[in-house]
Amino acid sequence: MFKGDFIQNLPKIYGTYTGGFIVFIILMALAEQAGVSAKNIGVMFVAFTVLIYALIGYLSRTIQVDAYYVAGRQVPTVFNGMATAADWMSGASFVALAGGVYFGGYTYMAFLVGWTGGYVLVATLMAPYLRKFGCYTVPDFIGTRYGGNLVRACAVFVLFIASFTYVTAQINATGTIASRALGIPFEAGVWVGLISILICSMLGGMRAVTWTQVAQYIVLIVAYLIPVFWISSNVGGGIFPHLMLGDEVARLGELEQQFGLVKNSAADMKAAGVPGGLKYISGTHSGVPEGGMAVWKYLSLAICMMVGTASLPHILMRYFTTPTVRAARKSVAWSLFFIFLLYSSAPMLATLSKLALMDPNLPTGIIGKSISEVQSIEWVQRWSEVKQVFIADFNGDGILQLNEWFMRGDVVVLATPEVAGLPFVISGLVFAGGMAAAMSTADGLVLAISNALSHDIYYKIINPKAETAKRLLVARVLLVLIGAAGAYIASFRLTSILGSVAWAFDFAMSGLFFPLVLGVWWKRATREGAIAGIVAGIASGTLYLLWVFPKFSVPIFGGVNTPFLGIDHLRFGLIGAPICLVVMVVVSLMTKEPSPATQKLVDDTRIPTGKAILGKQH
Amino acid sequence: MSNKDAYWNKTKNHMIVTLVLWAFFSLVIFMFGSELNTMSFLGYPLAYYMTAQGSLLAFVIILFWTANKQEKIDEEHGFSEREDD
Repeated sequence: MFKGDFIQNLPKIYGTYTGGFIVFIILMALAEQAGVSAKNIGVMFVAFTVLIYALIGYLSRTIQVDAYYVAGRQVPTVFNGMATAADWMSGASFVALAGGVYFGGYTYMAFLVGWTGGYVLVATLMAPYLRKFGCYTVPDFIGTRYGGNLVRACAVFVLFIASFTYVTAQINATGTIASRALGIPFEAGVWVGLISILICSMLGGMRAVTWTQVAQYIVLIVAYLIPVFWISSNVGGGIFPHLMLGDEVARLGELEQQFGLVKNSAADMKAAGVPGGLKYISGTHSGVPEGGMAVWKYLSLAICMMVGTASLPHILMRYFTTPTVRAARKSVAWSLFFIFLLYSSAPMLATLSKLALMDPNLPTGIIGKSISEVQSIEWVQRWSEVKQVFIADFNGDGILQLNEWFMRGDVVVLATPEVAGLPFVISGLVFAGGMAAAMSTADGLVLAISNALSHDIYYKIINPKAETAKRLLVARVLLVLIGAAGAYIASFRLTSILGSVAWAFDFAMSGLFFPLVLGVWWKRATREGAIAGIVAGIASGTLYLLWVFPKFSVPIFGGVNTPFLGIDHLRFGLIGAPICLVVMVVVSLMTKEPSPATQKLVDDTRIPTGKAILGKQH
Repeated sequence: MSNKDAYWNKTKNHMIVTLVLWAFFSLVIFMFGSELNTMSFLGYPLAYYMTAQGSLLAFVIILFWTANKQEKIDEEHGFSEREDD
């Protein structure tokens, strides 16, 4: 069917794939017309897409070390950009981001700036140099640059904490979506999700993950953008919402004035029995909160997310797969472009969704209507049954006020198509997109952890003489074990103890950011400095987290502590990273400067041409 | 100064310029969020627009610009990989 080799045919292959997917959507739309039930459409969407990923995973199987760890370093720029975007945008980004903007407004959007601005740091400080270095994993760079098993093991430790915090949340999301789409219990959904993830990654490692991630990106972006554009034209927002929602944003400001932004007391909410995790609108949509502390809260969150982005191993390792240093740089730009397509749409979806519910002039508006009338709406009933939305008549007037309407953030993405009167086929598409987003991130994370353990701990430290077959066997066994451990924790819903996804960013920035940056940019950085920096950074960050997060501080320190300078549990990297920097610099200056060989290694890393520091197979 | 040192100096300066632009769009403008929000762009309040879309777009543009500029620096100093691409 295709002449030439696989890489040359990529545009054709993925073009055909995208066309096929669109044909599938049309078929599903026809099936809906023909009377196939909504539930079966959801099942078919998820089953069909997961089968395609599994097929790609199987076709990409490999028995070569460099294909397994870095996809043979032949992933073209644009495709690596798509794969990185899928790797990056998690199930949480897909289903929860718009909800976060919906409830949090301007303040929450510090996440948007943080999760995109970080790529400028990746491109300027890290990606091209790590690519030149030729490492297989992030600890591989640290271990070789600073020399020694101890520093390598420290880096693996930080990678493990950061990535594992993240991966349980992803498997959790996969399970939630699988259980909703397939109509099976959550616990079973988690294991279905895990098996899907492993099929995609086990046989082909990075190569398989790369090509499935590209396929997953296409599904998730189609699934996100079609509803946004469609809803926008349905509720009168114009066909290109990104440029045309100015009036709608202003209208929301008026409606907020009209309905009033009221804060409910915790006691009232408890008395009314509001289910956990449901929120209500209490802040403005586009207004900027006044005061220096509010500005600092915004900036500090953005800084943590940006610096954390530049330290997350599962993202950095994507840039090890490009053919050249130049391609690595361009690839970061393409990654951010593909991420931008979704991230810039989330606030638009939040605006449209909010307007659809709040504007009494629209047929979909519910705020200000009588509660009995709202409760008889079909989608309200359906989402109430599963405790995703809730109504509490605090003032007992029988009219739904803004502060009396509660819903889970996910509902913004999952239910808005229905609210705005789109056919059910779109909801099925959204399920497939959410599944793609959660799976692609989980794949990347599980692979990052198991690669670090198999390459850095097993091969580099425990058994340097291991043969290729044995190394790959160990890598695969570890992959299954890590995935199973994540699913086990997720299936018991222990994720609440692991806290927020933001923690992964804070852990990574506390322990990895400065050792990586200084490894390239400061020749004087020594092994002792790096070890001391990693240990001090991760230890101080973790201790601060224990001290500041009430769930930990109450049993450990016997009380709730007030965050220092507003640095709460989402921002603890702001404690860890500066301590890491100071300790690393001081200890480096106190110890003997690195050997001429190490200095030459750094010099070579800085120049795009010439041989990689580490051989093609190492 | 050797060619390598000259190359690295230019690369370093380029890195600093890029990070100044980055800091402007990610941090500096949001220090003045409430002031900016009194202005408008495309009908959106300006600070809202920047955090929802504008800064994100600025980062994408910065990244393509910085990669192209760095490629020029590579070429000037003979460290371009173009041949073996």
